[in-house]
Amino acid sequence: MIRIEVLGPGCANCQKLASNAREAATMAGVEAQIVKVTDYREIAQHGILATPGLIIDGVIRSYGRVPSAGDIAAWLSEA
Amino acid sequence: MTTLAVRRPRPPLPVIVVTAVAAWLVAWFANAPLADWAAFSLLRLERGSHLGEAVAFFLLDVPKVLLLLLGIVTVVTLVRGFFSPEKVRATLAGRGLLAGTVAAASFGIVTPFCSCSAVPLFIGFVEAGVPLGVTFAFLISSPMVNEVALVLLWGLFGPGIALTYMAAGLVVAIAGGLVIGRLHLERYVEDYVWQIQAQGRPIIEVRLTWADRLSDAWRYTRDLVRKITPYLLVGIGVGAFIHGFVPTDLVVSLGGRGNPLAVPLVVLIAIPLYSNAAGTIPVVQALLEKGMPLGTTLAFMMAITAISLPEFVILRRVIKPQLLAVFAAVVIVGILAIGYLFNLLIA
Repeated sequence: MIRIEVLGPGCANCQKLASNAREAATMAGVEAQIVKVTDYREIAQHGILATPGLIIDGVIRSYGRVPSAGDIAAWLSEA
Repeated sequence: MTTLAVRRPRPPLPVIVVTAVAAWLVAWFANAPLADWAAFSLLRLERGSHLGEAVAFFLLDVPKVLLLLLGIVTVVTLVRGFFSPEKVRATLAGRGLLAGTVAAASFGIVTPFCSCSAVPLFIGFVEAGVPLGVTFAFLISSPMVNEVALVLLWGLFGPGIALTYMAAGLVVAIAGGLVIGRLHLERYVEDYVWQIQAQGRPIIEVRLTWADRLSDAWRYTRDLVRKITPYLLVGIGVGAFIHGFVPTDLVVSLGGRGNPLAVPLVVLIAIPLYSNAAGTIPVVQALLEKGMPLGTTLAFMMAITAISLPEFVILRRVIKPQLLAVFAAVVIVGILAIGYLFNLLIA
């Protein structure tokens, strides 16, 4: 089970990222749990300056941009 | 490495780029003759008539502005990819107050942030020791001097007004940052912000290729243009109506130099139009043409881009009401000052 965290208050970009991540999990054929982190305090604690952020198994993979489902799928199969 | 069958086969990158640039140039140069032909030959409208002029204006401006947005926003987004917020923060943290404020305001031109990012950005800056005034200079300049507004101004008003707007925006951001810095308002930042210590999470730096960067920029631009096109159509439609039908006397008597309250009035009108530069700038252009003074026009546009109620609501999470009030007041006073100053200087 891979843990995917989507960091962002819930704006359009964050929702797009969450849906890309879901699609990526299906694409890569992995079981993933997607957690949305919406609390600003928690987001800031991760040290990212721009939302949306994407954390896969504790590693920050991207922030400030919405990676495509294909990119996320490639990261998932590395994880 | 698992091979994923997710990428559709595409022509090579240089082919895509060259084709796109060529198509853009052809459309750009064909626009004016095509609009003219459509209005006066195809629709058989009369040259110089109210309706004819309004329709020609609409047919010329819509493709022109859309082309400018598609071209320039893609390029700006591509360039922006090289200015990460971390780099901006690192540059700002080690500078003196004046140099830091000027640098922050300038960075604001190339690095916009969506209002969802305002809070993480604020916390990140403060935590890294960027002074409060410098942080606010960035927060003022970033939404006000943004590329969409500049592109629309350049396309509809010409380079003179676009550059004037940019300079005026920088002045407001720098002055605002210096004033807020001078007031020593650190105690009005929410207490928890000072306590946050970012954990050093591992980050895998994604090395972006040119293909990634280009497709990121293109996707961003496409989504943006899709989102603002309806507003743009309404704005240019209203502009075209004013252009063709509204008498100059009416605009001059309401918004002209004779009405000393015109500047605060347009700022007030601008507040609910938040961030809708695409819908309003074409209308403003028609008003300027009909005799609204430049200072009033600039104040109106700055108020549209810089005074954003949603952003204030979001920032309330990190700063106390007193500081929020100071921030709003500084921005509003700055905009009013620019409006009156330009009305005085340019007679």
